[in-house]
Amino acid sequence: MTKTSILCMTVAASALFANAALAETELTVYTSVEAEDLARYAETFNQDHPDIKINWVRDSTGVITAKLLAEKNNPQADVVWGLAATSLLVLKAEDMLAPYAPAGLDKLSANFKDSDTPPSWVGMDAWVAAICYNTVEGGKLGMTAPTSWMDLTKPEYAGHVVMPNPASSGTGFLDVSSWLQIFGEDKGWEYMDGLHANIAAYTHSGSKPCKMAAAGETVIGVSFAFRGAKSKAEGAPIDIIVPSEGVGWDMEATAIIAGTAEEEAAKTLLDWTITPKAMEMYNVGYAVVGIPGIAKPVEHFPEGITEAMIDNDFEWAANNRTKILEEWTKRYDTKSEPKG
Amino acid sequence: MSDTNLPSGPNVTLKLDRDGIIKRAFMAVIALYLIVALALPLYAMLSKSFVTYSFDLDRYEFQVSDDAGTFGPAQSAAAINEQLAVFSDGQLRTSSDGRLSATALFPDFSFRSSLKYRMRGTEEDAPYLVGLDLQNTTEWQEYDSNTFRRINLRPVKSVGVQNYFEYFSNPAMFSSIQNSVFIALVSTVLTVGAAFGFAYALNRSVMRFKGFFKLVAMMPILVPSLLPGIALIYLFGNQGMLKSVLMGHSIYGPIGIVIGSVFFTFPHAMLIISTALSIADQRQYEAAESLRASRWRTFWTVTIPGARYGLISAAFVTFTLVITDFGLPKVIGGQYNVLAIDIYKQVIGQQNFEMGAVVSVILLIPAVLAFIVDRQVQKKQVSLLSARSVPYQPKVNKQFDMLCLLWCGAMAMFIVGLILVCQYAALVQFWPYDLSLSLKNYDFNRTDGGGWAAYTNSIKLALMTAVFGTVIVFTGAYMVEKIDGLKAGRGVFQFLAMLPMAVPGMVLGLAYIFFFNDPANPLNAIYGTMTILVVSTVTHFYTVGHLTALTALKQIDGEFEPVASSLRQPFYRLFVRVTVPVCLPAILDISIYLFVNAMTTVSAVVFLYSTHTALASVAVLNMDDAGDIAPAAAMGMMIFYTNAGARLLHMLASRRILRKTQSWRGR
Repeated sequence: MTKTSILCMTVAASALFANAALAETELTVYTSVEAEDLARYAETFNQDHPDIKINWVRDSTGVITAKLLAEKNNPQADVVWGLAATSLLVLKAEDMLAPYAPAGLDKLSANFKDSDTPPSWVGMDAWVAAICYNTVEGGKLGMTAPTSWMDLTKPEYAGHVVMPNPASSGTGFLDVSSWLQIFGEDKGWEYMDGLHANIAAYTHSGSKPCKMAAAGETVIGVSFAFRGAKSKAEGAPIDIIVPSEGVGWDMEATAIIAGTAEEEAAKTLLDWTITPKAMEMYNVGYAVVGIPGIAKPVEHFPEGITEAMIDNDFEWAANNRTKILEEWTKRYDTKSEPKG
Repeated sequence: MSDTNLPSGPNVTLKLDRDGIIKRAFMAVIALYLIVALALPLYAMLSKSFVTYSFDLDRYEFQVSDDAGTFGPAQSAAAINEQLAVFSDGQLRTSSDGRLSATALFPDFSFRSSLKYRMRGTEEDAPYLVGLDLQNTTEWQEYDSNTFRRINLRPVKSVGVQNYFEYFSNPAMFSSIQNSVFIALVSTVLTVGAAFGFAYALNRSVMRFKGFFKLVAMMPILVPSLLPGIALIYLFGNQGMLKSVLMGHSIYGPIGIVIGSVFFTFPHAMLIISTALSIADQRQYEAAESLRASRWRTFWTVTIPGARYGLISAAFVTFTLVITDFGLPKVIGGQYNVLAIDIYKQVIGQQNFEMGAVVSVILLIPAVLAFIVDRQVQKKQVSLLSARSVPYQPKVNKQFDMLCLLWCGAMAMFIVGLILVCQYAALVQFWPYDLSLSLKNYDFNRTDGGGWAAYTNSIKLALMTAVFGTVIVFTGAYMVEKIDGLKAGRGVFQFLAMLPMAVPGMVLGLAYIFFFNDPANPLNAIYGTMTILVVSTVTHFYTVGHLTALTALKQIDGEFEPVASSLRQPFYRLFVRVTVPVCLPAILDISIYLFVNAMTTVSAVVFLYSTHTALASVAVLNMDDAGDIAPAAAMGMMIFYTNAGARLLHMLASRRILRKTQSWRGR
């Protein structure tokens, strides 16, 4: 009884998602690339490799990472294309990535690949922290625009700053880990104590603070430049500010999941993801890409942001993530009452 | 039992026996469904909450060289720690992602020194990281001091109650319990009060527009619970139309959660209280009147006691709905932490599945308590109506009727108002800077959340849930009600059928990850498919359908079965030819209930959907999360119109079918 019914259910279930057998190779690719870019990425890739079909599994960085970790003993993905490097480092520490040196590796900037040889992951493009400042609402309140991270602790901004919660957003963690690197650990926490006094809300997603600033729901949103440029293009009255101390950044990166049955196709895809053609494709939305000299300026993107990128120590950030989040939660998450 | 002692005779009850076997087989299949879809996942979750991670220092050995390169004696990490007391036991406890820097055990360590370090595991499983490379070996490995500083020990798994200790010693997490209970209590008092006034007006006054008010009161059921949150942001947010009304208080936080909770729990409470109030005996009121009791006194001594079980029931349902709801606090909770949000943060934000399981177990407690108390109260409920009762007939009382009309009008404004605001939000180009109207926000393919495909997926899920769910639920109820014998089995079955009511959707969703995503599970294949969404949704909403079916089945005389079997008719013929047609109204009710809930549910499916099975309700959540509030409102309204349409179809269909099949009821 038990066996047959389980069998029945399994058959019924597999019938639901079984596709007709195709002659081409299919790759299951996990990603957190923005939804609207996915079709374009696959299309451009298929121009060169029509025989490999990409089946996207897309979600936010946190969800995809949770999913990959949950499936650790039975990986469903062949390749991860477009996931935060900090997340890939977590996967690497779990021994889930298959090291591979894709063709053209030497053209990549040194900080856009894993330091091991062969590298476990290669970078595509960077997303960079920035401040979204609503000029209309700021003007109404008679504020001056901030120019540095330190400025955000000024009393005039009290209750008008929104930033992502590092415990649930990759961008939030990127901010916190960069402040700890810029200011040093003690000064960094001191800075966040000051900042916390001005924070109106910690959001769960990294793009929300900028969208809130764009809609005037808050004046200052700590977010990333790419998001700000998009909102500005949609007509939001915001300035995208690059803080003078330098900005934290993370990159979207690519890796092969250890144990994939489609190793050849996975390698082909990885080779392609760092070709100049792919870099040009990333450049549509991202101002900073893995191969130097390729990127053209992106509309509404703040100037000087590449120079402002700090020398981010990813290994340190990954290995101290739990500790940092614990400390952060202890300091700032206990606040149960919202600010009026 | 062996029958060798008896001469074998003709088996006269063969027909009946086979019937019994089929019945039992049916029951076993559905019981198996409940075990696989409910009991086992919950068990998997419970055991996950006891999985702990800690650094086991006994498993590592170190050797340090002197400047000349000769290595000293091997020392276990535990021994070093004992000597130097670097780490307390508390510091050795961690989560699955924990790391412990090895250099902390060597106070004199300098990465510039020329000393060399050796380390190895003393048993099989002794994981550590060199940089980010996972090592796990019992062979000695040698590192120079610059590499050694990059070495971190990794935790190993064990089983214990440590997670619970940690949970209760963390003030942030503990405050979530208080917040959750506080929100749930306040919302319950407000909702039950509002719903009582509304139901009282519907049943005890002769005000006009009762039909309209009944329809409006049910509207919140048709939208996801997080939609009122979006409307409240447009009304009272920092750029809200009515921001000044809040007098400087923020809508983000308890105020917003409570108002939104009143909105989405109102229909549930109203239905229950209305049912309780609709049963009243005219004679009691006449007695009160002849005893010259004031209206006030009559209200407290006759009306309230008569409706008290309904009130208690409504209170518990509201409490459970609010404390387990996840969408609303996510959208409008601001920094106000509640249990349901904690689960999401632990699992999605920090990938700490164990702690997520712990919070789930804790969230299960109030829900289960509320459920048990409610069951006890229900048992005490005695019939108010006897054969001699005279149904209560409200009399015209202009002043009172006006008051009722005002109250219902205010509630209707509240409900319709919030929904209209959402519709407006969905149409505005770029709030608040460009107020021109457009359909731009309906271009879901431009935003996260799955696009229009998510909408079609939701309809698919709702239809499949309605069809399969109704079949499973109704057959299950039939087996419980009409099968003879097997009392213990039926008791267990009844318990399993009532259990989903007490299990919050999120908890169920998380339990499904642990159970179905286990590669050792033969059902692993359904993970990430539409099937698992259908299974979880049917299970999540099982109880109400089950109770509806039971009520309908109880109306059918128990004599039908014996008569059918004496006529040598197999039970399934009776089932198809008599039972199902008679119960058709109830069956239709179950299917529309499942359909509507499958369209709006977020909590159970938020952990289970995959890219190909993204859902409209989850899309609302994700779009709001990404800051795309207007498209979120647009998608929410699509769900509303779909459900309203389905309801309308259901009304028309049931009217037709009722005319065809239920003419016997009219005699």
